[in-house]
Amino acid sequence: MARKTAAQKREDRRNALFVLPMACMAALLVALPLIYVLVTSLAVGGEGSGFTLAHYKALLRADYLKVFANSLRLALDTTLISLAVGYPFAYCMARAPRRWRSLLMMLVIIPFWTSALVRIYGWKILLQANGPVNAVLRGLGLIESNIKFLGSYGSVLLAMVYCLISLMILPCHSAVDKMDFTLVEAARDLGARPWRAFVTVTLPQTMPGILAGCVLVFVPSVGMFYLSDIMGGGLVLVGNLIRDQLLKVRDWNTGSAMSMVLIVMSAALYLLYRRSGGDNLGVM
Amino acid sequence: MEEILLSLRNISKNFGEGDVLAGISLDVRRGEFVTLLGASGCGKTTTLRIISGLETPDTGEVILNGQDMTQLPPESRPVNTVFQSYALFPHMNVEKNVAYGLRVRGADKKTIDARVTQMLELVQMESYRKRMPAQLSGGQRQRIAIARALAPEPQLLLLDEPLGALDLQLRRQMQVELKRLQKKLGITFIYITHDQEEAVGMSDRIAVMRNGRFEQLGTPEEIYDAPRTRYVAQFIGRSTILTAKVERVDGGTALARNENGCFPVDAARATLREGETIELCVRTERMRASASPVEGFDLPATVREARYAGGSVLTYAVLADGSEAVATSEARMADAPEPGARVYLHWNPAQAAVIGGASYGA
Repeated sequence: MARKTAAQKREDRRNALFVLPMACMAALLVALPLIYVLVTSLAVGGEGSGFTLAHYKALLRADYLKVFANSLRLALDTTLISLAVGYPFAYCMARAPRRWRSLLMMLVIIPFWTSALVRIYGWKILLQANGPVNAVLRGLGLIESNIKFLGSYGSVLLAMVYCLISLMILPCHSAVDKMDFTLVEAARDLGARPWRAFVTVTLPQTMPGILAGCVLVFVPSVGMFYLSDIMGGGLVLVGNLIRDQLLKVRDWNTGSAMSMVLIVMSAALYLLYRRSGGDNLGVM
Repeated sequence: MEEILLSLRNISKNFGEGDVLAGISLDVRRGEFVTLLGASGCGKTTTLRIISGLETPDTGEVILNGQDMTQLPPESRPVNTVFQSYALFPHMNVEKNVAYGLRVRGADKKTIDARVTQMLELVQMESYRKRMPAQLSGGQRQRIAIARALAPEPQLLLLDEPLGALDLQLRRQMQVELKRLQKKLGITFIYITHDQEEAVGMSDRIAVMRNGRFEQLGTPEEIYDAPRTRYVAQFIGRSTILTAKVERVDGGTALARNENGCFPVDAARATLREGETIELCVRTERMRASASPVEGFDLPATVREARYAGGSVLTYAVLADGSEAVATSEARMADAPEPGARVYLHWNPAQAAVIGGASYGA
């Protein structure tokens, strides 16, 4: 590599100055707490001192593993449904006439600005036993007695998808928007029917957006537990477990170990995404 | 026996901001190389997209082999396009790109392999089979785009400014290659360009387009030697256009006069009537400027500038009314007339074209 000139070095130092505030913030708000969690998860705990892996070994219990499995399944289902609904939406949004596009974009972004908690309580009211959804279904004669939506796995999934789907739509939209649609015309011209052209050209061309969306939805899904609690799903998730360990049982060491497992899983997923050619999660 | 492969009948198209195409008709013979020539925005790309099926005309019919294809989607037409930007699939290697048209039509692997090899040999790109489009130069991408479009054996190949992105050297080389390819395969080409040199050098016939209409349709020679309108005369080649009144028609020749003087017009090239105003197009390389008057011509002018043009000298001369004429001579720069010198313009009347006049068909 060529040696840097003095001028370049000066410039590098000046640029480093701009990064400094962010680096401080990251150290203070992310790195320090993380190190604290890591140390806690490895500390012997109680009156003892020194380090141990005992807290991690303690996680290998059938009931804990079941909880992890619950969380992963919920996250996976959330991601798949977000993709199935979000991608077509993003596609239509990117292909819509210009004046429609900004309206659709507003519809995606505005919910972002209101508290998720408030919006989920809104859903709860809609779905409750004597709520509007049941009333409409009854009115249409589709059901005879009220359906108990709340507390079901489906209602939890609905809330999850509802809260996270914009994280799927935005990168997908950006990928479709950036794509050169002459390629689709070329495919049609060469004899591909519309669906074939989509599968062989549009899908691979927008794959970076799809992967970014999946990572962005999956990672927060794994740790999210309050939606399940609000919707009354009796589901015990990793988040519940960690909260209980920290706030009820007061076993900070085990709670930290659980947190670390979750963090490592998310980081691994992100690294996998980077390895597969993804770069900035499609949001920049 | 010349058989019509493609007929466009009274095609019009409007995108909501005035006509893009205003009722064009065109017959293309099998094996012919037809060029749509025009400035950007004249409707040539829209015409091509209507033929390929990527656009549907508002009125009119697209007929291929006697069958009406107007409502058929692009995938059902035996027509392929070489796109201006090549539109190679970036996520597929060269081989997969070329194979695409055969694969989506359900050809078996053996047929596809053989055809891909044949196509890559045709464009001399056999050794690039496994390369990705991003690893190719502009000229190489161009070849792959042609191979891909030819692979499904289209009856008609559409080329949308295929050489537009290449530098001049490569463009000239590709012109020769494309023409050779077309002759060898005997496939009908419809070619779009705004480069008149390209059009004149490659085409069997040229359609000069302007404002969504065909301004003139003919062989390169017809277009060059007998432009029918002022626009065509100015768009293709360089020329001086003289406006004058027909003074008398006298058998084979007529005499036309304006404030600059008078000159003969070959009456065989147009129907001329005494007293009408005509426009005459004299190609720059056929216009001469001599130091002494020439029999039959009386067009004195003052030299403004003489410029060396590689092998010949261009003389820019100003006529009495202030308009400019350009003449060519084979002389060396040392013999060129000085600025301010008096010259007399003349040309072979049989080589000048009447492009407009009162009695001239609109």
